[in-house]
Amino acid sequence: MKYIEPHAHMVSRTTDDYERMALAGCKIVCEPAFWAGFDRSSPAGFFDYFCQLTEHEPKRAAKFGLKHFCWLCINSKEAEDVKLAGEVIALIPKFLGRSNVLGIGEIGLNKNSRNELRVLEMQVELAAKHNQLILVHTPHLEDKLKGTKLILDVLKNDKRIKPERVIIDHVEEHTVEMVLDCGMWAGMTLYPETKCTPARAIDILETYDRERLWMNSACDWGVSDPLAVPKTALEMKRRGHRAGAVEKIVFSNPKRFLEQSPNFKV
Amino acid sequence: MTKQKTLDLYFLDARHKLIELAAFLDRVERAEGKDDFRLKSFRRALGELTGKKKKKARNVLLAFSDPTMEPIDKATSKGACGAFPK
Repeated sequence: MKYIEPHAHMVSRTTDDYERMALAGCKIVCEPAFWAGFDRSSPAGFFDYFCQLTEHEPKRAAKFGLKHFCWLCINSKEAEDVKLAGEVIALIPKFLGRSNVLGIGEIGLNKNSRNELRVLEMQVELAAKHNQLILVHTPHLEDKLKGTKLILDVLKNDKRIKPERVIIDHVEEHTVEMVLDCGMWAGMTLYPETKCTPARAIDILETYDRERLWMNSACDWGVSDPLAVPKTALEMKRRGHRAGAVEKIVFSNPKRFLEQSPNFKV
Repeated sequence: MTKQKTLDLYFLDARHKLIELAAFLDRVERAEGKDDFRLKSFRRALGELTGKKKKKARNVLLAFSDPTMEPIDKATSKGACGAFPK
């Protein structure tokens, strides 16, 4: 079964993971820029990271037959320092012309602070100015509900932002409805402990309109599973979903959203 | 999916998780010292499981969530603990 992994932090994964994903049917992997697990000390650290995402990682993926795309931004965990964020954001336009860049992401909020909100607005401005797709990270656990509401307010208040060109990621049962009601896409992240389990993600699929939903592993350096998407596809089949319905969620839907970027070619 | 198939696929898994919850409560109740807002929040969320109200998963998540809308002045940590002190 072919599938697209629309959110994975492959710089944190081994080549064995690329091989296992390819064997499981992965054709395309998309990598949003994120927090490295520690704060970078200067804009130069981000410059190197953006080079890694646009030059090195596509070559590593290609060795296993996978196409690699990426999103660029400063993540919300490093957004408390607004001066640093401004310097990093200033670096991004020169990377937007690179052939594997899909848009601005994963921007968003982490602890829902005023500075995080300011940096989110700066990056929404960047996306609007350069007509880029947007991928949004929503906060963790108890902060998710409030953060999702604040993020949606920012996006809805900017009339240049078309909702169908925005994906709000890491939705759960208490946030999915408000995202879909805004006309945006919603991503369900399949994590072993936090976010959605495969069973809960399928519950959401069965409850809401699945036209603007996708699933991802968001595998990174923490507790996560790079094969979470194919495992959830298997769980869908156990429940009796037909092959076409499974393929729609794991391949056709992410393809339909991502094709809005001229760089995304299957 | 029928109720029977749902039970066939998920009953044992849900039973296992329910016993884990009970064992967690036994463990924390027998431990010494004081608890904190997380246990209070946990017990409030447990209340969402009984009764005929629908959307139980959503309501459990809401019970753990920060209900406010004002941004905080400054992020002093990066992590989340799973419950909001109410």
